[in-house]
Amino acid sequence: MIKVIEPNTDNVTIKAVKALMTEIHRDDAKDRNKDRNYVNMQVNPCKMCMPMGGALALKGVKNAMTIIHGSQGCSTYIRRHMAAHYNEPIDIASSSLSEEGTVYGGSKNLKIGFRNLVNMYQPEVVGVLTTCLAETIGDDIERIVREVRDTGEFEGIDIIPIPTPGYGGSQTEGYFDTIKALMAYFVKKPVHVGKVLEEALEPLEPFINIILSDATCEDVREIKRMVELFGVKAIFIPDISDALDAPFTNHYNKLSEEGISREELKKVIYAKATIELGDLVGPNHSPALFLEEEFGVKAYRLPLPIGINNTDCLVHALAEVLDTDIPKALEVERGRLMDGMIDAHKHSATGDIAVFGDMNLVMGIAGLVLENGMHLKLAATGSMSKRFKEQLESKLDQYHQKAEILQDTDYETIREVIQQEGVNLMMGPSDGKFIWEKDHVDFIRVGFPVHDHVGAQRKNLMGYKGSLIFLDEITNHLLDQKHKGYRDRMYQTYYPKKESHKPIQADEAVR
Amino acid sequence: MNQKSTIIVDHRENQVLVNDKQKNQAIACDTHSVSGVVSQRACVYCGARVVLNPITDAAHIVHGPIGCASYTWDIRGSLSSDSELFRTSFSTDLREHDIIFGGEKKLIAAIDEIVIREKPKAVFIYSTCVVGVIGDDVKAIAKKAEIKHGIRVIPVHSSGFSGSKKDGYKAACHAILDLMGPEKAEVKTPHSLNFLGDFNLAAEAWIIRDYLETIGLELKTVITGDATIESLRAAKSATLNVVQCAGSMTYLAKQMKMNYDIPFENIRFFGIKDTIRSLRKIVFSIGTEEHLKRFETLVAQKEAYYQPMVEAYKRKLIGKKVALYVGGGFKAISLIEQFSDLGIQTVLVGTQTGSKEEYEQFRKLTGEGTVILDDTNPTELEHFIKEAGAHILVGGVKERPLAYKLGVSFIDHNHERKHPLCGFEGALNFAMEVDATVNSPVWDIVKTFKTHNETKTKQANKVKPFDVIDLTIEGGVL
Repeated sequence: MIKVIEPNTDNVTIKAVKALMTEIHRDDAKDRNKDRNYVNMQVNPCKMCMPMGGALALKGVKNAMTIIHGSQGCSTYIRRHMAAHYNEPIDIASSSLSEEGTVYGGSKNLKIGFRNLVNMYQPEVVGVLTTCLAETIGDDIERIVREVRDTGEFEGIDIIPIPTPGYGGSQTEGYFDTIKALMAYFVKKPVHVGKVLEEALEPLEPFINIILSDATCEDVREIKRMVELFGVKAIFIPDISDALDAPFTNHYNKLSEEGISREELKKVIYAKATIELGDLVGPNHSPALFLEEEFGVKAYRLPLPIGINNTDCLVHALAEVLDTDIPKALEVERGRLMDGMIDAHKHSATGDIAVFGDMNLVMGIAGLVLENGMHLKLAATGSMSKRFKEQLESKLDQYHQKAEILQDTDYETIREVIQQEGVNLMMGPSDGKFIWEKDHVDFIRVGFPVHDHVGAQRKNLMGYKGSLIFLDEITNHLLDQKHKGYRDRMYQTYYPKKESHKPIQADEAVR
Repeated sequence: MNQKSTIIVDHRENQVLVNDKQKNQAIACDTHSVSGVVSQRACVYCGARVVLNPITDAAHIVHGPIGCASYTWDIRGSLSSDSELFRTSFSTDLREHDIIFGGEKKLIAAIDEIVIREKPKAVFIYSTCVVGVIGDDVKAIAKKAEIKHGIRVIPVHSSGFSGSKKDGYKAACHAILDLMGPEKAEVKTPHSLNFLGDFNLAAEAWIIRDYLETIGLELKTVITGDATIESLRAAKSATLNVVQCAGSMTYLAKQMKMNYDIPFENIRFFGIKDTIRSLRKIVFSIGTEEHLKRFETLVAQKEAYYQPMVEAYKRKLIGKKVALYVGGGFKAISLIEQFSDLGIQTVLVGTQTGSKEEYEQFRKLTGEGTVILDDTNPTELEHFIKEAGAHILVGGVKERPLAYKLGVSFIDHNHERKHPLCGFEGALNFAMEVDATVNSPVWDIVKTFKTHNETKTKQANKVKPFDVIDLTIEGGVL
């Protein structure tokens, strides 16, 4: 049943008692036995499909173009979603599979598509993503791509087939699989390895591979700056920082010259280490583990650097890899974050928080929520991940909290839990706007997609600096809740009224 | 890779033309999108979804993998005066296992679940690409479910690959006809009509309903903005159909004429002139002397109020140039006229799914040298917008960032907008929006981009500050 959330959250005494009582009943609290209310359906989906993640990863590769092998809609939907979020033109080709292509195989369409997109865009790299349709009709894109390469028509262009069946997982798996496919292509190709070895004879500047999921363009820039403070270069795979947040210039180039170059991609095996931020996909999807197993590049799989503890993980890993002290500048930033956490802590304690969206982002934000003394009421993702539940549970134990944890869930269920738990602030992508609109729960938009606000690509919530900016935003939301209507609410609650002279029962007051 | 990139690729030459009134020109349209060119179109499923989704009290089940439902959740943002059920995105979320073993069981269970929990007035089941391939018998499932639950369960044949977006419109029309049933209405309501092809994105259907009711006519239903299952079933008893979005609704209008003897008229409620013309057409067709009087009073009042305000904006807009790239032909035609009323010339016009007749109209309505494009792409758009020196682009979300990157102002004439553009009120909103974008001071700053550094050098050389060189080639493009 849906219950109306009381806007009255300011009464400190009642709040505290309420919290205490929840703690008392914590042991009795039953886990929801299922992640979704509907058994046979997703009702208001909290996930997208694999090609979306693939398209995003390819946007962070220099001079790369993407073609989605499927019907025209797949590419158009993805373009629309990304264009609304990043406010950048998003050009993604489609093989525009028709009835004929579906029956007789889509190889002809795909080949024509290559020719057209190469003529129009002159890319260096072409990623070929599959879809539900292409995979279901059984098109062998490896073979088709081989045939295309063999024509010799596309000399100098790296064409990379990447299987991303829409039903195979969420955008998160699609993102990591695409990074892995890019690496596998560039580092395995013997002719390139030969070249790289030649280049390797020249002393390579030390560098670190960074794989970062669910990051905004500003987050990428911030982490890059942090790594560079260690006096080492970072290669981001992919690097969306400027590609999807391009400054205005007087010459628009429809193929982005920003992002990781194929030359850099060939070098990733010479990195000091790979740090993969966002560690919840299974090991078989992890590009860092792939590089470690195949080429011996040390892999670190860490949570997203959101909040002080998670950012410490990154900073300590960097110090360990480089065998060096933590830069002074970062110590200062860390101190500033602690200062901000102290400033905010009593306000933080008024937060009853729900976080939803991409699993790595939810996990990162949950870390910040818990370490600041907010009450985590719900952590939810549409993806499937055992590690998501396990890691969150152990984190909750650490802070003596209990929260609903939902994986493979939908917004219908998320809404119900938010109502039941009396959440006063929710964080997640714009799809949460339906709850915001109907139940008036305060809402910070974060993650992907954010299509009803501007600036999502410039938001910074990672690193010490980003965490503080984000914490301040949360605190200010909570403060506004306290101050909004304060005088009127106090008058209504405490000013003696004639009819309220009868004694109030204690439990009535806390309800 | 030094060769110059191609603007118009093979097989698209006939979909691009430059208006030359001396010649007998015809554009190729209604064709399948060329692979690899980055068409702005969506798929068959999307076409069906955008037409049917505004039906408020139905449950709309997307039978397919999650993406199809995820990307089209509340895609139109249509308003409802009644149920909000249509804004819930139901998906059978087909996964690998279902692709192999079929999704029929899941669909049957899904319908049961939805009917018990939500008690919808009807259920639409949209087929997606994979459903078309794995061969789930959606029709048979729907039929059984109807008997079981006693409500209409209507399959929408919209596998993404089975044509273009336009075929999706047709699939939606079939679903609506299916809902209305084969038999004619026993009694016709005099002075009543249906309004086909408005989706109530931002209260448009309500504005028009208000006009018609003020005149004294009865609007049975809007197809499909703020429509309910009941109102759609009652549509048969109307005496007239008026069609606005011709691309999606002409087929339905023709079928309704054939099945239920309802004649239809094309109308357009965008712009003051078109609004008056359309209302008059309706009154002449189904009204009486009394209706005509009321119409004249309404128009006189509204026009006296809104026209001077629109005129005031016209003075600020005259002489600008606009490029249009929209979904259907009717919208392009109204926009050409509406811009022309504001003193703005159309220098480029294109659609995703326009028809031959509509393209012929473009040629008549636009001047010599206007570029006309069918099913175009970002490469062509960029090239021709620059070449034509447009100051404004009209389009949807995907086109917006392109305009801005080119330093061109932008009008959203698609799902995302949150203000009505139809009728008298809409004509004023439209003029205000055009003014807000094309006359924004940000474009003056943008023009300083290249000279910013030079300006600094000049300042050092004691040249007066902000001596900014206007870099515009013909129009707003830098």
